[in-house]
Amino acid sequence: MNLARFFLACARDVLKGGNQYRLWITLLLIIAIIGAGAYYTQFQEGLIVTGMSDQVSWGVYIANFTFLVGLAAAAVMLVIPAYIFHQKEAHAVVLLAEGVAVAACIMCILFVVVDLGRPDRFWHMIPGIGMFNWPKSLLAWDVIVLNGYLALNITIPLYILYTKYKGGTPNPRIYFPGVLISIFWAISIHTVTAFLYSSMPARPFWNTALLGPRFIASAFTAGPAFMVLAFRIIKAKTTYNINDPVIHYLALVAGIALQISLFMVGAELFTEFYAQTQHAASAQFLFFGIDGFNSLVPFIWFGISIEIVAMVIFMVHRWRNNFMLLNIACVFAIVGIWIEKGIGLVIPGFIPTPLGELFEYPVTLIETLVCLGIWAIGILIFTLLAKTAISIEQGQLKLKHNVSPRRI
Amino acid sequence: MNEENRTKIPQKDSNSRKGWTRRSALKALGLTALTAGIVEPVSHLNSTEDGASLKDALGEMFQDHYKRMDKEEIQEVLLRLERTYAKTYQKEIKVSNDLPLQGVVFGYALNLSKCKGYRDCVKACVEENNQNRDSEIEYIRVLEMDKGSQNMETSDHYYDAEEVPQEGKYYMPVQCQQCEDPPCVNACPVKATWKEPDGIVVVDYNWCIGCRYCAASCPYWARKFNWNEPSIPKDEINPQTHYLSNRPRSKGVMEKCTFCLQRTRKGQMPACQEACPTGARIFGNLLDKDSEIRYVIENKTVFRLKEDLNTNPKFWYYTD
Repeated sequence: MNLARFFLACARDVLKGGNQYRLWITLLLIIAIIGAGAYYTQFQEGLIVTGMSDQVSWGVYIANFTFLVGLAAAAVMLVIPAYIFHQKEAHAVVLLAEGVAVAACIMCILFVVVDLGRPDRFWHMIPGIGMFNWPKSLLAWDVIVLNGYLALNITIPLYILYTKYKGGTPNPRIYFPGVLISIFWAISIHTVTAFLYSSMPARPFWNTALLGPRFIASAFTAGPAFMVLAFRIIKAKTTYNINDPVIHYLALVAGIALQISLFMVGAELFTEFYAQTQHAASAQFLFFGIDGFNSLVPFIWFGISIEIVAMVIFMVHRWRNNFMLLNIACVFAIVGIWIEKGIGLVIPGFIPTPLGELFEYPVTLIETLVCLGIWAIGILIFTLLAKTAISIEQGQLKLKHNVSPRRI
Repeated sequence: MNEENRTKIPQKDSNSRKGWTRRSALKALGLTALTAGIVEPVSHLNSTEDGASLKDALGEMFQDHYKRMDKEEIQEVLLRLERTYAKTYQKEIKVSNDLPLQGVVFGYALNLSKCKGYRDCVKACVEENNQNRDSEIEYIRVLEMDKGSQNMETSDHYYDAEEVPQEGKYYMPVQCQQCEDPPCVNACPVKATWKEPDGIVVVDYNWCIGCRYCAASCPYWARKFNWNEPSIPKDEINPQTHYLSNRPRSKGVMEKCTFCLQRTRKGQMPACQEACPTGARIFGNLLDKDSEIRYVIENKTVFRLKEDLNTNPKFWYYTD
């Protein structure tokens, strides 16, 4: 079995590495184990150990989930130039972008699983033995599109890497249809996630047609920003050559998307605050607080402020081309988006409740540790995928010549 | 509403062969789980001292959806639940499966002029429906509203029920409105919640995965989640239960008001209606032209909450 040999070779490859690499992996593993421990407590005690309540029934888990769906979708910003326009620079990093998508999808699934009251009943969603409320439930749609996107982003790179590992050239006729599907699929995963919220008239804060476009724009900000940082770290720590043009391209995409995203946030806020209807109560709570309930106020202003700083850096060519400033812009964009469309979108949607009750959501230590654990798992997955992809691309990891290459 | 009226609505689609395959698949899954030892983490639910409780633990784990089970399978489940509850609460607890009555769709009307905010309905509901005392789940929320306003955002949810009625206030109890077009049912990804033929939205507590999407989608804040393992004092437990209503729940699942279908399907009134000291609550069969509920709807100026959302509640408010 060549494929088994391939996986074995990959596994052996990821175990090799310098001291810094080992330290990095160990650190991530430790955080993941701490997160798993925190989750064990939650599994035993119930979701009562989180800050969630009947009033605010989704919290940081779903906020992270929402943010990460965007990160996964953003891979398309390299898939299009690489596979459609055959840009050399994009081609060199597209497998890494797909690695980001895989890691983000797995994190999404983990964030949904830790949010479930009865994770042991996950099989109720498996077609055949379970029962799936499709097409009515948007959550059912989300399960399908996320798993489909994950599958696409595993199989396409797997085919390409495996072919290269055997010393062959990947045949576009085999992978191109998958690439085309994955482009549409990327947009669909984040649109479906937005529809998950905007389909609920019970929650006026989310019940806006702008949510889908906002999700896409913010995803194409945070995703490319994340990839800029990841690629710059890879470039610094490995011998893999990532050309500057691809970094500049991603920075430009992030900058343009951030302008669109902030414009839509502004449009949203105008509609909310101009008429001052009762439906603006959630926005009021988020930005200014109501009757002393104001836990999110500092967060959202901080988030929006750093988004604006990032946007300015992205917009001025000289600043954007300065790698130091670019790093800052990327970090600000990622954190800003995480606040604005993560906690700043999910939590105020519940406050006030449909019966007008104001209620705070105090995030707990256990919840935070579980979140950190999942992020550590995601970054670990990305690290391992990136290392394998780079080793194969550089020809360090290939089938030995004395074994005749065979098609699977 | 007497016993003879009860219909025998088939609880399962006629394709029995399909059911058989699924059942065998589930049984196979159960067997795999047994051999793989993954039953252990959940077995504490039933304490696996003997073979019978291990079988119960497996039955609990791999139970099929309520609507997909045939009569015998449901019977098996009811007996298993009764065994489990007897062990947990050291008391005989009856789990029934009374089917919806033919020609009956339940509706509720509430007279805001009569309601004085005593919250007796809330208390009766908690006791009748075996709610988690620890996390204080309540299906009915009574809002203390400002006279001259219907703005819930200025209402008080935590007013002192000993000091009512207050000057300048009126009281509005809100519970599940049993929508004809319930958003929660659409939201559920696994069809663990649905509308029964008598109009009641129910939850299969053994099928719910606890994602809480239904809770987010409900405009009436009617769905309540078991954030921890429910605790009910043994002497306070109501032993007369229904599978789709007030039987004890587990942690991690959603629950809600069912208009006490364990009572109303037997022709009794819901606990909240019986408990109300002012007679503010009118409950009955919407299809019965001579019913009091029909009289209220036809002769009083009634309104429904958030009618603009088109969920079509079967819960009306009115004033004298």
